[in-house]
Amino acid sequence: MSTSDIAPDARDTALQEKALAERLASLWATPRGILGALSTVDHKIIGRRYIVTAFIFLLLGGVLALAIRIQLARPENRFLGADIYNQVFTVHGSNMMFLFAVPVMEAFGVYLVPLMVGTRNIAFPRLNAFSYWIYLAGGITLWAALALDMGPDIGWFAYVPLSGPQFGAGKRADIWAQMITFTELSALAVAVEIVVTVFKQRAPGMSLDRIPLFVWSMLVTSFLIIMAMPAIMVASTTLILDRLVGTHFYNPAEGGDVLLWQHLFWFFGHPEVYIIFLPAVGMVSSIVTTFARRPIVGYLPLVLALFATGILAFGLWVHHMFVVGLPRVGESFFTASSMAIAVPNGIQIFCWLATLWDGRPQFRTPLLFVVAFIITFVIGGLTGVMVASVPLDTQVHDTYFVVAHFHYVLIGGAVFPLLGAVYYWYPKIVGRMMNERLGRWVVALLFVGFNLTFFPMHILGLIGMPRRVYTYGPEMHWGGLNLFVSLSAVILAVGFVLFFYDAIRSAFSGEIAPENPWGAPTLEWATSSPPPSCNFERIPVVSGSYPLWEEPHALSVATGLRINRRELLVTSISDASPQARESSPRNSIWPFLAAIASTVMLLSSIFSPWAVVWGSVPIAVTLIMWFWPKGTPEDIS
Amino acid sequence: MRSGFKPLLGAVCAFPLSGCIGWQSALSPHGAQSGSLLRLIWLFVVVCAVVWILVIVVLAVALFRRRPIGNEPPLLEPSRESRLNGIIAAATVMTVLVIGTLTLVSFVATRGLDSADENVLTLRMRGFQWWWEITYLDASRPDRIFLSPNEIHVPVGRPVRVRLSADDVIHSFWVPSLAGKKDLIPGRDNAITFTATRPGVYRGQCAEFCGLQHAHMAFLVIAETPQSFEAWRRSQIAEAASPSNDEEKRGQSVFTVKACAACHTVRGTSASGSLGPDLTHVASRRYIASGLLETTRGSLAAWIADPQTLKPGSNMPSVPLSSDELRDVSAYMASLK
Repeated sequence: MSTSDIAPDARDTALQEKALAERLASLWATPRGILGALSTVDHKIIGRRYIVTAFIFLLLGGVLALAIRIQLARPENRFLGADIYNQVFTVHGSNMMFLFAVPVMEAFGVYLVPLMVGTRNIAFPRLNAFSYWIYLAGGITLWAALALDMGPDIGWFAYVPLSGPQFGAGKRADIWAQMITFTELSALAVAVEIVVTVFKQRAPGMSLDRIPLFVWSMLVTSFLIIMAMPAIMVASTTLILDRLVGTHFYNPAEGGDVLLWQHLFWFFGHPEVYIIFLPAVGMVSSIVTTFARRPIVGYLPLVLALFATGILAFGLWVHHMFVVGLPRVGESFFTASSMAIAVPNGIQIFCWLATLWDGRPQFRTPLLFVVAFIITFVIGGLTGVMVASVPLDTQVHDTYFVVAHFHYVLIGGAVFPLLGAVYYWYPKIVGRMMNERLGRWVVALLFVGFNLTFFPMHILGLIGMPRRVYTYGPEMHWGGLNLFVSLSAVILAVGFVLFFYDAIRSAFSGEIAPENPWGAPTLEWATSSPPPSCNFERIPVVSGSYPLWEEPHALSVATGLRINRRELLVTSISDASPQARESSPRNSIWPFLAAIASTVMLLSSIFSPWAVVWGSVPIAVTLIMWFWPKGTPEDIS
Repeated sequence: MRSGFKPLLGAVCAFPLSGCIGWQSALSPHGAQSGSLLRLIWLFVVVCAVVWILVIVVLAVALFRRRPIGNEPPLLEPSRESRLNGIIAAATVMTVLVIGTLTLVSFVATRGLDSADENVLTLRMRGFQWWWEITYLDASRPDRIFLSPNEIHVPVGRPVRVRLSADDVIHSFWVPSLAGKKDLIPGRDNAITFTATRPGVYRGQCAEFCGLQHAHMAFLVIAETPQSFEAWRRSQIAEAASPSNDEEKRGQSVFTVKACAACHTVRGTSASGSLGPDLTHVASRRYIASGLLETTRGSLAAWIADPQTLKPGSNMPSVPLSSDELRDVSAYMASLK
């Protein structure tokens, strides 16, 4: 059926199910070929690209981690020299934070949020496409720099003056700062899309108290991004200005202040941890609900805990600066706030435990990851309480104790739920199941390998080993524990390799997944696996928090959307009552070209400030083409 | 001068020269501050361990307890939900109490770390890439001021206040066996106080990443009896020992004529550079190059011959010397007790 056969205002009520599916498929389709791939705005394709790219960066970052462990396995090892080691640990940290952890969480949001709220595409889909290309460019920049031996060597928090013009020679620190600009730009774009999608595109009937917890967590995360990322963009931009055009923001000799950098960085850097952790919390809530076979206990406390964590996250950045010599009163305040954040996190743990207690746990791989998560994350949270104490922190700050602590929080607290989420949503995304037996091996290897690798680091820190040292002398007696840690890291690595093997193999030979393989309650399971390009042929209408449990046989649907253009439903913020039909943008090559133009400008500006001037011309051209008015009315109530 | 030095050497040699377990460890405190910090660490560890075990027990029971048969998502009974919510609320109240207590304990411990003693010994410490310059101050007697790079001597039992500053990048003072850490920040002045309670050799290391050789930026704190400390102080205030044989004499002239004197000072000679460590008593210190090598004539020669292999990126350049000159200058260095 071609477009010409359809009246301009034809509605979906005019077609039978099969004809409607075909019509919508051709309307929302991504054309074949490279041009189609570069111009798609389908949130599922972009989300999938994000996820795959982020996991490739995880793999690369893991290789660097193993290089670090080889270097530290023995005293005075010569596997990596000081210069290479400093690049390796900086790129490992920057890569894991900026190119893996934050993007992969956002990627799951990009893929899942529109499905979970029952809409057809994410808000601002062209911005979404742009954000992916910018992210990819930033990632390639960092890794190309490392390959060319000009990788940043200043640590992932790039303290001035070490990263400043006087001590950071060459272009290494500029590469780092510009990589920040790329990834923060893409993060901000995705955050805005998710906020608008959640606020305005929820299925009719999905009032605030029926939003799935994963969607809540992505919403809070997006607000954290919107409020935290500007601080780091200001920081990285002023650093580049200091380095390239001779400003003195961070030069004490000219009235600048080196601590200003630390305040700006950690005002972003601490919320960053929760930007990574909160989506993981949402994943855990989803998995616990499905596999405990029971609605979550304490929905309201869980949502409030997300908000409390999000707000407190902005009040404790100074606990990264307890040894810089701040006034006592300030330190006491930040001790109290850092301790206080344990309370909302405790509430979440209690709610999950209560749900598991009262439910009927089914021990499938995603739930096993949640169990591994609870055991390890609670350790990370408790060591977090320790480092929140100023006097205690003066002993463990910048030692391997802290290295152990944040890996417990980030791997135990975020990567375990993330891998559980991969096993959980893989059938929806790929259309095939991952292997349950391999999955159990993956959980076991990662859990054992992780704890054997990182627990001894607490002790290493207490017996005096500072972080970021490329070697140590035999007289320090750290050799035995370090060798143990390095050998344990092999177990961890085997676990990850097995995970990648399972994920790749299952894409080709996994069991075909039905619509709802786990019997889960939320809307993403109400469509086929993988979902059609329009997500839902008819927009679902929900009347409870667990629509597929409450109406297991057939969901109510909303009709009346046009079928000669991409259209989705806009609903009100609080009770999600329908307000308008909104056209959703078509595919476009311009976001890709705009990303190329931005990349050229940002990279050239490292070498000449004038690039900002001439580089903005192509950006302006691509943006004008991107936003070229279509000449048709947009919203129709 | 030599004779006053011997008892000191004896006292120092009573401790193993290199690498005792615990010379750089928060777990083996030898100072007032590190002692109270270790008690705090243990308190937190015990409380946290109890909390963790409780969570794990509840998790295990929640997962494995016996349940009535059935497989459908259960219908929710309001009374049951409110009971579960009550349990969550109770656990939350417990959390608040534990967290509140730990916060108060932490505040109290912070106060205890300040020592307002009249009899405090004040030092000035400046961090450089990658070594430490320690200045022993004496407000009333400027002629008693001296520099002691990478090695601090303190009398046991007397509080020591170290004023910290940096001129290049941020460094961090950390001697875990004696106290916690404090950063040295360009443009700011910090200070840390510690009191060694037992004689011994304690190692400190830069804890804030400061560039290429961050790993090799260590120093020693040697706590000794007040008598030994005063003897050491007198010996350090004195000018450098004069060369006692021809080899050392030739070494001294190499040192003052070649590039060495441009960066290093040896008081009592014409060498008065200030970019590198003061070498007036270099051989009296246990390590050279900020904890990299134990001080021997051989290690001095190796360091002078090729610093960039031993500590790549160090600001010490390789100065072209003939093998005779190298032998002479290392003999001279080794004589600067």
